[in-house]
Amino acid sequence: MKRAQLIAGLVLVALVVVTAVVSLFWTPFDPIRVVPGQRLLGPGWPHLLGTDGFGIDIASRLMVGARTVLAVGIISVGLAAVFGVPLGMLAGQTGGWVDEVVMRAGDVVYAFPALLLAILLASVFGASTVTAMVAIGVASIPAFARVARAGTLQVMASDFVLAARSSGTSRWGIARRHVLPNIAPVVGVQASVGFALAILAEAALSYLGLATPRPTPTWGNMLRDAQQFLFAAPLQALWPGLAIALAVLGFNLLGDGLRDYLDPRLREVP
Amino acid sequence: MAEPRADHLYRAEGLTRRYRNGGRDVLALDAVDLSLDRGHRLGIVGESGSGKSTLVRLLAGLDHPSAGRVWFEGTEITDLPEKRLGFLRASVQMVFQDPRSSLNPRMRVSDIITEPLRSRLVRRQLTDRVDQQRRLAEVLAAVDLPADAGGRYPHEFSGGQRQRIAIARALAPDPEVLIADEPVSALDVSVRAQVLNLLTDLVAARGLTLIVVSHDLMVVRHLCDQLAVMRQGRIIERGATSSVYADPQTGYTRALLEAVPRIRAEGR
Repeated sequence: MKRAQLIAGLVLVALVVVTAVVSLFWTPFDPIRVVPGQRLLGPGWPHLLGTDGFGIDIASRLMVGARTVLAVGIISVGLAAVFGVPLGMLAGQTGGWVDEVVMRAGDVVYAFPALLLAILLASVFGASTVTAMVAIGVASIPAFARVARAGTLQVMASDFVLAARSSGTSRWGIARRHVLPNIAPVVGVQASVGFALAILAEAALSYLGLATPRPTPTWGNMLRDAQQFLFAAPLQALWPGLAIALAVLGFNLLGDGLRDYLDPRLREVP
Repeated sequence: MAEPRADHLYRAEGLTRRYRNGGRDVLALDAVDLSLDRGHRLGIVGESGSGKSTLVRLLAGLDHPSAGRVWFEGTEITDLPEKRLGFLRASVQMVFQDPRSSLNPRMRVSDIITEPLRSRLVRRQLTDRVDQQRRLAEVLAAVDLPADAGGRYPHEFSGGQRQRIAIARALAPDPEVLIADEPVSALDVSVRAQVLNLLTDLVAARGLTLIVVSHDLMVVRHLCDQLAVMRQGRIIERGATSSVYADPQTGYTRALLEAVPRIRAEGR
């Protein structure tokens, strides 16, 4: 059962990745160029999922949209991990006022709505994929810091850290050789779950026009485009919605599956 | 207060440690005085919560006392910053209770054992450069582990073997003092005797000073020539193992000794 979850997650994630990679070389139709003669076609041949209000093939736009999803996910999760994990480790290893300051600062960021940050960045720098990545990444730092801190506290309480200290291993050596390898699994799980959240957030921001602008297709701005034809062509909104749902589901399943797979206490006895 | 004589390996005066636990003060160690000379084997016994582990952690420089002072080889270590504790780190090594928790599951055995040799603090203390591979082979042989054990991970070994790995790590920097905190109580009864005999042999062969914490009087009797009985953060009895066994001075020690199950030869 747990294994099935992990595999389902892997399959869905792989589907997104493969689609994004293929779209770099080939899409059925041009995902950008407007074709006035074939607006709002229903699903059929050769436009498998139909066309949108600009006469562009929806399947092609979905494929290109997968690229944005992955790019935003990777950069924002990477950003959050690169800042959040060392901060969490610092807080967990040092304790005392350092811990307080880092974690309370995290609470402040956590309490600050990511949407507000995105609006702020978009209004200063203009809405783009990059502002969305930064907004989502910064908003995700506290989650990574918390996970890293909790893991660090657990590792620091173990006897092998005490043994390392009694051998004169430096704080840095303990962080590098003992803490980091042992919290890597939980950080990996957080990355997977964070990826799902990033996809959702990017879609929301694109939908609101606070991220990637037209004509570059993203699932979020496709949803926005579809909205005005909701009665004339309801299926047009279904496809990007489905893509978002499946990708989010995929990364969540992967995260849950990994958590169970990596936690020996939850691992089923073979 | 007189300076301690340099010939005491360890000396502690008025050692006190308080913890704050949920707003409540817990006195783990209450003004303990202790001295230990080179080459002796001291057993510290007492029930759980009597402060034995707290005491050895202070002696190993892993914790700071709330009050009191500790000298090692005539140098006060009580408030020395970590970077000046190199001589202590190189000379005092610990073996912990449960090797499942004292060995990093994500490190190879070779890296675990040579970790003390790689710390800059300890390396500075060693007079000549240590060939890590040679030392690894030497300590693996000393604890009767196969020479190829270094390439494997802790989970590939049994409990007794893992405790041998932990002992090998403690021996790697060629320490003078070995502190063993309940060294066999997490092990299967069947391998306890082996590990105890190994410790006895190593201590004798290397002339180590040994400090053993245990709640098990049999273990201490087997390993130690001196005994300290602890209760509620104090040492209530101290003396040669044989004389404490023969003539316990406090009712508590007597009760402890009487609580040891004996196998009688009745009915044979």
